[in-house]
Amino acid sequence: MPHANALYGPLDPAPDAGYENPPPRMGFFTDTSVCIGCKACEVACKEWNGVPESGLDLLGMSYDNTGALTANSWRHVAFVEQPRSVGWATPAFQEQPDGPSVSPLTAAVGARTGTDTGTDPGLTPGSPGAAARMSGGPEFLGMPGGQPPGRGSGAEGRTDFRWLMMSDVCKHCTHAACLDVCPTGSLFRTEFGTVVVQEDICNGCGYCISACPYGVIDQRKDDGRAWKCTLCYDRLGAGMTPACAQACPTESIQYGELDELRERAAARVAKLHEHGVPEARLYGHDPNDGVGGDGAFFLLLDEPEVYGLPPDPIVTTRDLPAMWKRAGLAALTMAVATAVAFLGGRP
Amino acid sequence: MGVRRWVERWPLYRQLTGTDPLGRGAAAKSARSLTLTARTDTADSVARSVCPYCAVGCGQRVYVADGQVTQIEGDPDSPISRGRLCPKGAASKSLVTSPLRQTTVRYRRPYGTEWEDLDLDTAMNMIADRVLAARDETWEDRDDEGRPLNRTLGISSLGGATLDNEENYLIKKLFTAMGALQIENQARI
Amino acid sequence: MIVIQGSNMAEAHPVGFQWVMEAKRRGAKVFHVDPRFTRTSAVADAYLPIRAGTDIALLGGVIRYILDNELDFREYVVAYTNAATIVTGEYRDTEDLHGLFSGFTEENASYDQSSWQYEGAEQNIPPRDTETQRETAAGLEHESHGAPVGGDTQRDETLQHPRCVYQILKRHFSRYTPQMVERVCGIPQDKFLELAQAWTANSGRERTSMLVYSVGWTQHSVGVQYIRAGAIIQLLLGNMGRPGGGVMALRGHASIQGSTDVPTLFNLLPGYLPMPHHADHPTFDEWVDSIRHPGQKGFWGNARAYGVNLLKAYWGDAATADNDYCYGYMPRMTGDHGTYQQVLNMIDGKIKGYFLLGQNPAVGSAHGRAQRLGMANLDWLVVRDLFMIESATFWKRAPEIETGEIVPEECRTEVFFLPAASHVEKEGSFTQTQRLLQWREKAVEPPGDARSELWFFYHLGRIIRERLARSTRARDRALLDLAWNYPTHGPHAEPSAESVLYEINGYDVASGRPLSSYTEMKDDGTTAGGCWIYTGVYADGVNQAARRKPGSEQSLVALEWGWAWPSNRRILYNRASADPDGRPWSERKKYVWWDAEKAEWTGYDVPDFEKNKAPSYRPPPNSSGVAGIAGDDPFILQGDGKGWLYAPSGVLDGPLPTHYEPVESPVRNPLYRQQANPARKVYTHPVNTLNPSPPQEHSDVFPYVFTVSRLTEHHTAGAMSRNVSPLAELQPEMFVEVSPELAALRGLSHLGWAHLVTSRAAVQAKVLVTDRVTPLRVDGRIIHQVWLPYHFGYEGLVTGDSANDLFGITLDPNVLIQESKVGTCDVRPGRRPRGQDLLDLVVDYRRRSGDLVHRYPPMVTTDVADSSSDQEA
Repeated sequence: MPHANALYGPLDPAPDAGYENPPPRMGFFTDTSVCIGCKACEVACKEWNGVPESGLDLLGMSYDNTGALTANSWRHVAFVEQPRSVGWATPAFQEQPDGPSVSPLTAAVGARTGTDTGTDPGLTPGSPGAAARMSGGPEFLGMPGGQPPGRGSGAEGRTDFRWLMMSDVCKHCTHAACLDVCPTGSLFRTEFGTVVVQEDICNGCGYCISACPYGVIDQRKDDGRAWKCTLCYDRLGAGMTPACAQACPTESIQYGELDELRERAAARVAKLHEHGVPEARLYGHDPNDGVGGDGAFFLLLDEPEVYGLPPDPIVTTRDLPAMWKRAGLAALTMAVATAVAFLGGRP
Repeated sequence: MGVRRWVERWPLYRQLTGTDPLGRGAAAKSARSLTLTARTDTADSVARSVCPYCAVGCGQRVYVADGQVTQIEGDPDSPISRGRLCPKGAASKSLVTSPLRQTTVRYRRPYGTEWEDLDLDTAMNMIADRVLAARDETWEDRDDEGRPLNRTLGISSLGGATLDNEENYLIKKLFTAMGALQIENQARI
Repeated sequence: MIVIQGSNMAEAHPVGFQWVMEAKRRGAKVFHVDPRFTRTSAVADAYLPIRAGTDIALLGGVIRYILDNELDFREYVVAYTNAATIVTGEYRDTEDLHGLFSGFTEENASYDQSSWQYEGAEQNIPPRDTETQRETAAGLEHESHGAPVGGDTQRDETLQHPRCVYQILKRHFSRYTPQMVERVCGIPQDKFLELAQAWTANSGRERTSMLVYSVGWTQHSVGVQYIRAGAIIQLLLGNMGRPGGGVMALRGHASIQGSTDVPTLFNLLPGYLPMPHHADHPTFDEWVDSIRHPGQKGFWGNARAYGVNLLKAYWGDAATADNDYCYGYMPRMTGDHGTYQQVLNMIDGKIKGYFLLGQNPAVGSAHGRAQRLGMANLDWLVVRDLFMIESATFWKRAPEIETGEIVPEECRTEVFFLPAASHVEKEGSFTQTQRLLQWREKAVEPPGDARSELWFFYHLGRIIRERLARSTRARDRALLDLAWNYPTHGPHAEPSAESVLYEINGYDVASGRPLSSYTEMKDDGTTAGGCWIYTGVYADGVNQAARRKPGSEQSLVALEWGWAWPSNRRILYNRASADPDGRPWSERKKYVWWDAEKAEWTGYDVPDFEKNKAPSYRPPPNSSGVAGIAGDDPFILQGDGKGWLYAPSGVLDGPLPTHYEPVESPVRNPLYRQQANPARKVYTHPVNTLNPSPPQEHSDVFPYVFTVSRLTEHHTAGAMSRNVSPLAELQPEMFVEVSPELAALRGLSHLGWAHLVTSRAAVQAKVLVTDRVTPLRVDGRIIHQVWLPYHFGYEGLVTGDSANDLFGITLDPNVLIQESKVGTCDVRPGRRPRGQDLLDLVVDYRRRSGDLVHRYPPMVTTDVADSSSDQEA
């Protein structure tokens, strides 16, 4: 029988998905405090998974020209320029003759450049206000005024600065709404507890896209199917590390058994707190959160919204049992559809 | 394939009879997922290589199947890079398999407005002719005071910082023997 | 502690940067000094914004801070450096001469170095003509050894003698105060002190600090002196030859170290032997003596053997003692034959043919327009590359087509494009940035007509030799006698790279046995070897560069991964990791030490010292060669065995680093009347126009400072990234980074267009307005800096104007590397004009900044007083 927490609450997802004696749940811990924004993860992912080009546009979102997680970008490095200092560093522009920060303004301009990828994954593009708040940080006080440049005494100018970078990826939720709503059985839970789209099954219905609380999964314009990070399912089967984590020069992306990663992450946060970085916090690590914890979780240096992450994601199918009848019907339809597809596919 | 095994491959059958009644995991595996392997595992050969971009010298493993490069990734054995690569190093497969790579000789004749094709052997012979002619036309035997010069200043060369030591050695050796002094590379830049 | 300056390590060397992050995790402090806040700054503990081109002022400030507070590692400094050595009384410092040193000659803008010598050594060294040294980039020879110094030096180990190096240093840097650092560099005093305090606090017996630089230091008209300044700090603090210390030069191309060791450079032969000069080296003996300096101490005493071995490797059986090993075949230099001189000669029609081997000067070299005009004026051009690069298509796609300066139907250059094999399609060795050779295995055959350079040059040589087979001309003997018999294999007759490596390594002529060390090289023709510093890479007939014992199965030093020159040493001068008595300075920093019981040097690395020379060894009087190096002299390739705080010779523009302004600067040098490096290499040529700088008039026409560098996502001139889709999409357009203040001042908007103008070119770019760039307060003025990536050109998946088009050509005098990290410009909103309008715009700027007759900035400006900046009144 399904686990009582099959749709919400703490759960080890692989046994729940029918795997007897599965391997430990595997995942990513992305420590943004050591990310250098090199984008090796984006490239290594594309090389291994054959992900196509996602556009040749200068977005003006700091050094981010990828824009969002999409069907054609399964890793996305976000860059956030902020007029505040990171805990470990001396203020970057102390005593420089500069005016107020322009980071919120440029972020707002950049936000308008978000590319149309077919569906609307990630944060809704074209939301300048949100982008400006992200760059301003929690103390955002509105758009900068027209301060005459370089003519002030410097005292009123920006002194603090930090450049946050984060490699975002599919969260491989414990309770994956994309999987729950998939009518074809294309999305499935692997024995490693990860969530994978099966490209030979997906029929491009698109239900998963609106279901994802993080806006990760996306349809590819030319083939209509849904695509996202597989946590390199094929590599995991061969005992290898996912391509992004293998490439990551600074161990910002760490791959391993989720339980061990959670311990490591807690220790890292404690160490950063000890070393004067009180802003360090974890995101997506908690099995009691709205998605039952993420298989890919993060150490952040600011509020999640600053990185374009939802502050309190909740699995969109939490209320599924209440709608069981409808769902049951859908499941039957799904079963028939799958059977038909399967029969049609017989050689 | 027998009917029974075929039926067993049917996800709905597996869902109804197996441990995955909601059909979200084991029972939902597609034919592709069931047979999925890492292509590094099925490669015909692996070459131990070094990244061609910057000078850190990261180790690379180059996987080959059917004579084609199928994957290039970091070599975990390297004490320099420990298996890691930057975006450029990670793009090495795309570099060597890029559809934009030129694979034939191209020739632009003097005052020409378009490229033409040229056979490699012909090109080699034409280049040899031109090297010998330039050398003869610009040969300097001795300076004003009769001291030896043994050289041509009619030939220049630039490049070598992404080439192998062995290649640079032959380049310098041949050019020196022909008296061509003006041999330079990126290290000057 | 790790100081990164002149380098954007996280962006340009991300995988190497893992070790910085590893150190940081263990508590090391990371400082980044850079004109703009980069991805390196983002993870650093402190970031110091600096005005481009003023690094010596900052480093000089640190030196002064160390000396003033007596924070040097005194025991190390006295024993291992030349701090105690006494300099001749003839020496005059920049303190006395408004920024010049004694010995300057205005006619040829060069120094006579005799007044810089050590006391008592003046007679030992004939004053060399430093103009010739500049023309032939003689400084490069010192990559593997120091400059000569003769006889026994006089020392005052109390460091009190007024003419000892320590006191000279103290006086020379006395004006580099924190206030002056702020005034010159725009770095607030607090920030400067934070750096100086951390650097000194983290150096000494128990701790070491590392200094990292890249071409942010070398590409200046005073580039070598930047590195000298860094080396002085590291010597004063006892950080050289010790683990966690050193000066780390991060090189930017896979085998750029290799291409200097086994050079394709006009002035060098393999192993840093000089290319013969027609006047200095007419005979073999004169050539050899100019390298080994008879009577000198150190390992260069054996230079004759290195020279003979190279010639034997080149000319095989034809090279005999009777014919001076075919020395007479060698071409001779008469002056500067470097790449920039060549390009100007191309424009002047003096050069017939040009080979480009994986190099794209139309984008990657300074003054792109000059590069393209030069290529358009050749008889023939051979381009060997993976991709169709800008340098191959200049005749139809260059910006000069649009301006009418190049007309395809009138351009006679015959172009051969030959596709090259990639790094996985051939085998061979790269030498990475720490002198480590690593062998690559071949994975696949190259596609179509693509071939390796090994193939191309072997077969080109074969064809040429066949053509000349019946020649009786003397000039052809060098080609016909050349040892050119390499075994070939495969369908394309690919020469064996291992057989070439074997020749580079060297072998016993009679038996063919590979040599295992350069100490086995003989000067009698019984051994041959192509590059003495690489001897040992093929020891025991084993390709040592191909060794791949996993790092996890070795110590951190990993001596069994690849092979480092010389003799597989990983840290040079590591004798200095032990104290004068041969004991580790501390248990924490133990690395190489003297084992008294076994009477030998031992440790984690291959000791960089004669294995059995005891610390107590003292050379007999008047000894020379290796015997002249004492048991406590770690810097064995220096003539006196000491680390040089002060360079009595070998550095052409002064024995000590001095802050000079970049050739193009918006400010008058606040430190001295002398504005720019007086010994810099200048090219007066109509194409090479320069922007005026103070004390010249009209420098305000180009009021902004620009600097260029790399992005993580691209590689150099772009061929290997702009043609690769997953990289091209990550940085798809040319852009310029400006501060919010400059954006407001010049009316620039984020993601709008701007163009930059110099007296060479105008270049357009999308604008990124960013807080990462800050204005600086310099000498009471606000200075704005802008930054551009230099990767873009007109070919590839993503294209854009080339930043290098903006630069003129002025070189460092020691190594002839161009100043392409700093220049002045104007910044204007909108796109640049096109066609004739573009030429008119540039001409208009030239007219407003003076006139069209190019007025080169004066070499010497010591007669121009400037009350606002002159501190010497």
